[in-house]
Amino acid sequence: MDPVTAATTISQEPNLLLAVIIPLFGSLVVMTLKNHPNLREFVSSAASILLFCIVLSFIPAIREGRTLVYQMFQLLPGLSITLRADGFSMIFAMVASSLWTIAVFYSMGYMRGLKEHAQTRFNACFALAIFGAIGVALSDNLFTMYLFYEIVSVCTYPLVAHHQDEEGYEGGKKYVVYLTTTAKLFLLPAMILIYVLAGTLDFPHNISTGIIPGDTRAWVVIMLYVFCIFGFAKNGVMPFHHWLPGAMVAPTPVSALLHAVAVVKVGVFCTTRTMLYVFGTDTMSTFNLGIPTAYFVGFTIIMASVIALTKDNLKARLAYSTVSQLSYIILGVALLTPHSIDGGIIHIVNHAFSKITLFFCAGAIYVAAHKKNISEMSGLGRTMPFTFGAFAVASLSMIGAPPVAGFVSKWYLLVGSMEAHQVGILLILIGSTVLNVGYFAPVTYKAFFGKKPEGAAVGIHEAPLSMLIPILIAVTISVIIGIYPNFMMQFVKAVTG
Amino acid sequence: MDNLIINEGFPLLSFLIFLPLAGALVMLVFHGESFARFWTLAVTTVVALCSLPLVSGFDPTTAKYQFAEFHQWIPRFHINYVLGMDGISVLLVMLTTLIMPFCVLASWKYIQKRVAAFMICLLIMETSMLGVFVALDFVLFYILWEFMLIPMYLLIAIWGGPRKVYASIKFFLYTLAGSILLLVAIIALYLKNGSFYIPDMMWQQYSTTFQILVFLAFFLAFAIKVPMFPFHTWLPAAHVEAPTAGSVILASILLKMGTYGFLRFCLPITPDATFALAPYILWLSIAGIIYGGFTALAQNDMKKLIAYSSVGHMGFVTLGIFVLNSQGLEGAIMQMINHGVTTGALFLCVGMIYERTHSRELDVAAGVGKYMPWYVTYLAFFSLSSFAFPGTNSFIGEFLVLAGTFKENVPLALAAIPGAVLAAAYMLRLLQRVVWGRATNPDQSHLKDLNLREIVTLAPFLLFVFWIGLGPQPFIDMMHTSVVSLLDQLHSWQQQGMALR
Repeated sequence: MDPVTAATTISQEPNLLLAVIIPLFGSLVVMTLKNHPNLREFVSSAASILLFCIVLSFIPAIREGRTLVYQMFQLLPGLSITLRADGFSMIFAMVASSLWTIAVFYSMGYMRGLKEHAQTRFNACFALAIFGAIGVALSDNLFTMYLFYEIVSVCTYPLVAHHQDEEGYEGGKKYVVYLTTTAKLFLLPAMILIYVLAGTLDFPHNISTGIIPGDTRAWVVIMLYVFCIFGFAKNGVMPFHHWLPGAMVAPTPVSALLHAVAVVKVGVFCTTRTMLYVFGTDTMSTFNLGIPTAYFVGFTIIMASVIALTKDNLKARLAYSTVSQLSYIILGVALLTPHSIDGGIIHIVNHAFSKITLFFCAGAIYVAAHKKNISEMSGLGRTMPFTFGAFAVASLSMIGAPPVAGFVSKWYLLVGSMEAHQVGILLILIGSTVLNVGYFAPVTYKAFFGKKPEGAAVGIHEAPLSMLIPILIAVTISVIIGIYPNFMMQFVKAVTG
Repeated sequence: MDNLIINEGFPLLSFLIFLPLAGALVMLVFHGESFARFWTLAVTTVVALCSLPLVSGFDPTTAKYQFAEFHQWIPRFHINYVLGMDGISVLLVMLTTLIMPFCVLASWKYIQKRVAAFMICLLIMETSMLGVFVALDFVLFYILWEFMLIPMYLLIAIWGGPRKVYASIKFFLYTLAGSILLLVAIIALYLKNGSFYIPDMMWQQYSTTFQILVFLAFFLAFAIKVPMFPFHTWLPAAHVEAPTAGSVILASILLKMGTYGFLRFCLPITPDATFALAPYILWLSIAGIIYGGFTALAQNDMKKLIAYSSVGHMGFVTLGIFVLNSQGLEGAIMQMINHGVTTGALFLCVGMIYERTHSRELDVAAGVGKYMPWYVTYLAFFSLSSFAFPGTNSFIGEFLVLAGTFKENVPLALAAIPGAVLAAAYMLRLLQRVVWGRATNPDQSHLKDLNLREIVTLAPFLLFVFWIGLGPQPFIDMMHTSVVSLLDQLHSWQQQGMALR
């Protein structure tokens, strides 16, 4: 079906609009509640739970194979702000909205525990970032996706620069410069050129056709493709990844939800959405774009892991681990075999739950023990068994050990690389697994079996409950989706058919 | 006269043009300060309200000049009083009438000396600006075009900042120099045609040399007005020294006259020269976009920053005009309106800070976000709009211009992209400094947030930022027929020319 007529024949689904408006409205209400911290946090959590319920309400329709569409504004012919929910959007929307509910509780504990300043602004921008992330998830065309992508960039700046000291400003500057420059320099021309060529930016309803006309010259297609890969710099692909480690100056809840889930997943989601729904697997294979992409991001996978090995700061190590893991997703989709695409997409979910656990743990360690560096954490596991226990399980997921979530994606990726007959990719995946063990195992080992340093501060306890409960929920879900991957896989199957 | 739709009823255009002038005459008699303020606000508001029928009565299906009036003026020289408005000018007329009341509001507290004289200047400006956009006789056009310089000169020279004399004379000399060549071209065209009626001069078989000479004369006059790089040096000086209302008028309306001139005169009167010289002008536009961006990035004076950003933004307009396709042209006209709305609003914002801190330096205004939440909210939206954030008005303009450019010439379009990056860089830098600043901000706790008058002044600008940004189709529909007709004539002219050769 022609995408333009499809959008007009499918009836408008107002709940989609609601899903976008709830975090926006929540943020506006939060701004007015400066002097009522309890009410403010109540609004945040209410909005997050409401949003999660609305996203869940889409499930029956998606299971029936329907695509929900809501057109908000028609700007020009073929250029509109339109929302849609299909299998692919659901994967990201569910991850972002469910983890927001958990992160709201966690950040309450963290921000109050550290008596941080400007908590109202923090909460408001947090909700705005989710507004952007949900908007990206529910985009029906490249323009809507670009719009929400940019909203995420702008609204997360105050979160990164939250501490308002020199370090915070530097991190924030790097963040904004990298993200807006790449978006304007690469994405904007690519989007306009695609519009000029195709006359529309609406995503089709399958992953094979794409919207690029078949008679487009090869160099134009390749240029557009490269622009799209680099334009969504939130995907952390080298060489435009520096913003992510720089953004770790932010408070830990930001690093956890945004720089392990919302922001970076916006990047990979946009990248993979563009690969599958703008170019489509047909164009990708015609112009032989897939395998070079896979090797290109393979470099990021290995390189970021090696850098992670050298980092002593726990959050920095996690940040480089994120850079590496994000490229798994792109690698999977780029291989263009059914299993590899499944593996790439499901890794959006698996990485999200596991990595947010790891960041939550890092924040809990900081609040409870004021320790940032791994070398100072010797023996700390015996004082904080739950936190480090969760950390151990989540790092198993990162490594890809059964029965935790990461195993599922790694399995699919390995099968996919064999299907594509790419030994090199297979070696990259195995090599990165070894590196993952190399930088995650020592953390847990030292914490539980390392010797406590002489004169260690007494009075360090397990993290407060408001932080521990979100950690335990997140890690439990990591295990559950490792054992029962089918719940999420049904949406992945809706994408790949 | 077959391309005029004569307005048989009430002469609305004449009424709109002369009402401000009549209002100014009243103030010669009554010149109490608060009377002058309220009276001017009333006159400009009445003009704005009375201009609304221009939109509701506008027929977007024809490219003819509507609401036209034709009266003989000096028959001996075939000079007539002809007014008319087509899809290219209607939005500019509306922009002018709608923006003037807010210029008055912005001057309410800012102007404390010679209030009545200031208001008279504003009203005379309005008369001449409206006249320029609707005049269809070259003598009438030229008189109004020149007439505008005097009140603008006075606005800068009397109510301006410390270097007002330098700035006003520079402004005056630059624009006057351009206008003299314009006059020469007009007389040359009169000698060829025996009439000053503008539509009669279009699509005539002039020799190529003649066309190129006329084009260059036009070009210099209009390029100074736009201003195009490298004729822009008067602009930062004039903006910095002008009072807020002067900067708003200058940025929102006066600059548009240059690009309006390109559309109205250069394209239809000298089509062969347009085709011959367009490639150079395109690259000059790119130079302006990049140069304006880099220079804006280096400024610490907020007004200078916005002034240089105008050079970049107007580069996009000339780029859109001279790619000579419908998307480019429509994008250019949209961008003219958008620049009027957004940059006007940004100058108002800077004026509001200036009234509080008596400085335009970024470092002095740093970190006001905590104490002026209303102000920074407005500033944030206008900054986003200025660097063409998707969903705001400028995005549509820039999108159309770039789409039109991509259709004609991919490398050219790619060369303009760094301008978009620079726009984001300098506007975000401005925003970051004003809202947050550094660890060493001056103490801003004594600053008061916007009062009701200021909130009301900025609100309509924000409305248009999102209205055009999210629903641009009605605006494009108004200009579409005129643009398409202009391009059709231009391209059939080109084919005829090739057939002849």
